Amino acid sequence: MKWGIIVFPGSNCDHDCYHVLKHVLHQDAHFLWHKDTNLDSFDAVVLPGGFSYGDYLRTGAMAKFSPLMKSVVAFAKKGGWVLGICNGFQILLESALLPGAMLRNASLKFICDTVTLRVENTKNLFTHRYRKGEELRMPIAHMEGNYFIDEEGLKKLKDNNQIVFRYVQNPNGSLEDIAGITNDKGNVLGLMPHPERASESILGSQDGRRLFESAIHSLESNG
Amino acid sequence: MMARIYITLKEGVLDPQGKIVQKSLQSIGFKEVSDVRVGKYIEVTLPDSLSKAEAEKKLEQMCKQLLANTIIENYSFNIVAKK
Repeated sequence: MKWGIIVFPGSNCDHDCYHVLKHVLHQDAHFLWHKDTNLDSFDAVVLPGGFSYGDYLRTGAMAKFSPLMKSVVAFAKKGGWVLGICNGFQILLESALLPGAMLRNASLKFICDTVTLRVENTKNLFTHRYRKGEELRMPIAHMEGNYFIDEEGLKKLKDNNQIVFRYVQNPNGSLEDIAGITNDKGNVLGLMPHPERASESILGSQDGRRLFESAIHSLESNG
Repeated sequence: MMARIYITLKEGVLDPQGKIVQKSLQSIGFKEVSDVRVGKYIEVTLPDSLSKAEAEKKLEQMCKQLLANTIIENYSFNIVAKK
């Protein structure tokens, strides 16, 4: 499976994603510079965590105008698989590939911690290798993870089963404990926790690994 | 000409920063402060050759496309002669 990992100026989890995909899961993984434009040969793209464009103005606000983001939007609209982690999630929100927006953490503090998540939806290409209700340990590291969406938007998220991960103990004030959501078609996933930092036992948790394995398995079974 | 742009959080959107500032103001003696909302102020310089209507149209687009996230923020602006 061919994965593209987008490197924005200020990305800092790009190598972690590459490492997990390439060396742990033996995937065909490639870095993509934000000025590239061609995604034709890729099965999935990852928007990694970090501080793209220094988080200027709002997190993700500048990155959405990167040349490659135009291609990512077209790729996602055609059904291509897109995974946004942390700052990547924030970029997907700013690009309107996912609904809602991020506010500053309720505590006003940058939170670096390991949290427990609950899997809410396993009927998704990124989560079918989990059990519904299963609890996972994954690191978080963010200042703006306080997810917000209006009532109408929240209703849509619930009606379409787009809420995929919830925090068991809400660390940041996020609405309805939301930690990760998909778009309505289910081919775009954004989450604040870092599955790529929880994919090897030496790092304390392997709970994130099945997220990538789910996608790999989805592609293989789709043929 | 210069545009003064104000970005504010929408009503109903929690502003943790505003709450902390409110508490701080109260703790230093301004007990009468019942609410604080923190926003952004942006100055944008435009050529004087633009008509007011053209400038307003452009500023609208700037706010919608980049300066504000209209899911959580409102914007307003006024145009003044550059100092």
